[in-house]
Amino acid sequence: MLDKEWIPEGVERCSFGKFIVWLGLIGAVLLWGLYATIKIFANGIGVTGLDNYFGFGLWITFDLAVIALGAGAFFSGFLKYIIRVDQLKNIINLAVIVGFICYSGAMLILTLDIGQPLRAWFGYWHPNVHSMLTEVIFCITCYCTVLIIEYIPLILENRKLNKIRFLHHLAHNFHVYMPLFAGIGTFLSTFHQGSLGGMYGVLFGRPFAFREGFFIWPWTFFLFVFSAIASGPAFTMLVATLMEVITGRKLVDYKTKALMGKIAGTLLGAYLFFKILDTWFWATDTLPRMGLTFDQMFNDVYGQWLLWAELGLCGIIPAILLIVPKFRNIPALLYIGAILDCIGVCINRFVFTVQTIALPVMPFDKWYSYTPNWAEWATTFEIIAYGALVLSLSYRYLPVFPQEKKLNS
Amino acid sequence: MQVKEFKVKWGMVVDLDKCTGCGACMVACQAENNIAPVTEGSNKLRTLTWMLVYELSNGKDFPEHDIAYLPRPCMQCGKPSCSTVCPVVATTKDEEGGIVSQIYPRCIGCRYCMAACPYHARYFNWFDPVWPEGMDKTLNISTSVRPRGVVEKCTFCHHRFAAAKEKARMEGRDPMHLEEEDYIPACVEVCPTGAIVFGDLNNPEHKVAKLAKSRYAFRLLERLGTDPQVYYMSKREWVRRQGDNYLENEKTKGE
Ligand code: SF4
Ligand code: SF4
Repeated sequence: MLDKEWIPEGVERCSFGKFIVWLGLIGAVLLWGLYATIKIFANGIGVTGLDNYFGFGLWITFDLAVIALGAGAFFSGFLKYIIRVDQLKNIINLAVIVGFICYSGAMLILTLDIGQPLRAWFGYWHPNVHSMLTEVIFCITCYCTVLIIEYIPLILENRKLNKIRFLHHLAHNFHVYMPLFAGIGTFLSTFHQGSLGGMYGVLFGRPFAFREGFFIWPWTFFLFVFSAIASGPAFTMLVATLMEVITGRKLVDYKTKALMGKIAGTLLGAYLFFKILDTWFWATDTLPRMGLTFDQMFNDVYGQWLLWAELGLCGIIPAILLIVPKFRNIPALLYIGAILDCIGVCINRFVFTVQTIALPVMPFDKWYSYTPNWAEWATTFEIIAYGALVLSLSYRYLPVFPQEKKLNS
Repeated sequence: MQVKEFKVKWGMVVDLDKCTGCGACMVACQAENNIAPVTEGSNKLRTLTWMLVYELSNGKDFPEHDIAYLPRPCMQCGKPSCSTVCPVVATTKDEEGGIVSQIYPRCIGCRYCMAACPYHARYFNWFDPVWPEGMDKTLNISTSVRPRGVVEKCTFCHHRFAAAKEKARMEGRDPMHLEEEDYIPACVEVCPTGAIVFGDLNNPEHKVAKLAKSRYAFRLLERLGTDPQVYYMSKREWVRRQGDNYLENEKTKGE
């Protein structure tokens, strides 16, 4: 059977029929998303639940969240190729694929999100050097290109493709230059993760998000970088675990997973230290200067519970679970810690996008709340399905996990 | 970013004790600037109203109950939170007069400016504009219509400024020294109670320059540092209090 020849040597995959059924499920979600996409392109984003109050909603939250979670790619690359943590070779391929999916997915959503998709290139042509969003546009595009470059050698290592002499050498050369790309990727990624945070920190008309800072960067610039690298490795590790559950095979050894957890946990601990300081300064200094109090920042819908969930339940608790070896070495606790860590970063991105604009700044204005509608959900799930598709195809046909053969023999 | 200073700085002073909340300014603005009526107007967060009249209340029960109306155009901020964030320079503040421009063919519709403006002065075109049959004949030829997918906002009827300068040039006068009556936005012209006064804030002969200095004058959210070119005034203390977020123990201006 043709399909068999493309599967990496020495590993087992489910039957082609089963795989088709799986692809069918993904395809159904994709079709639903495609329907929404067509509707949006044809009629404009009036089809969504966004309005003049909530110009930013689910899409931007999703974008920021996946970009943070995709940070596993650049950070693992940095640790593997530059700091030379060799053990990460067991998961680096997956980190690159997950990063690629997250970034390309975010860019796809952005084309939907802007009101004039045909003018998307204006960002490069008429850049405003003062806008943090300009930096984001440039860095995301460049970094997505770097991820493609990092992904290509993996594709070329497919059993069939690698037999072609030219492709074989090409893949090899790509590998040689990988530390260089890892370096470029780290630089670009740090900057745009930061700029994504800076985007909100500079909103001096929005007391919920506004932060002081140094030089041209508000604190949020650094906090976003930190929180991304504190959750990205945890997310990559969770994806590996989820794939193990779905395929029923062992893909990455526990030691590597625990190492990813440890990296995430340590960074999370450091991040929380700064984040708590930042929150305290914001509440006791920045807000009063704007004539506002901490309590005014929250209402029934966007309550303080979000902050406590972010910093406590999804901050301090996972940091402890991931840092302390005794806890980290219990699989259930490692996974719970990683899941909470990822939820925490999503809450953070959500409040910065939605709560920031839900808060009435004029004293006579009122709170509004926002609920995404079907079109926003459908397209968001479309991107998740796209991710599942890329991941499924990569897993089936590419040698993603170097330990797979050994672990399952 | 520093506050940009201009020789001529157009501004508005709205006397909230005179405003009756009739909404004439809203209608005039709509007609003057070719703002299309939306087919489904029940969602007020989707309608386009460059000039919006807010209702303020002192929150007390009758007989102490009191209300005020506050018309809100774009504040043409001296330090605009909107234009600095725009990734494609579709909005800037660089022309003499200090009006914050909005270039529709340049806007990509990312809505970052809307997220940045604390006054909700910016509006997005959710759908292509449709005018009821025949109404398209009443469109103002001096203003463009906007397509779907771009952000728009009050421009102090910028086209009237352009026309006034043109007229002054034709008459051999200095276009940078316009008289008060030369350039009047639609909402100011139509206001039946004369609550809105318009002119050059830097020209001591213009009424706005004097009114803006009144002890009862204030600007919205002054301490955020946006430096608006729109001033409000009211003799009522509770109204002034609602101009900025005053903490309970703080005194308002004009006390
Ligand atoms: S009021 Fe809003 S839209 Fe107008 S200049 Fe100020 S920030 Fe910009
Ligand atoms: S100045 Fe012109 S554009 Fe601005 S609110 Fe008044 S009528 Fe509308």
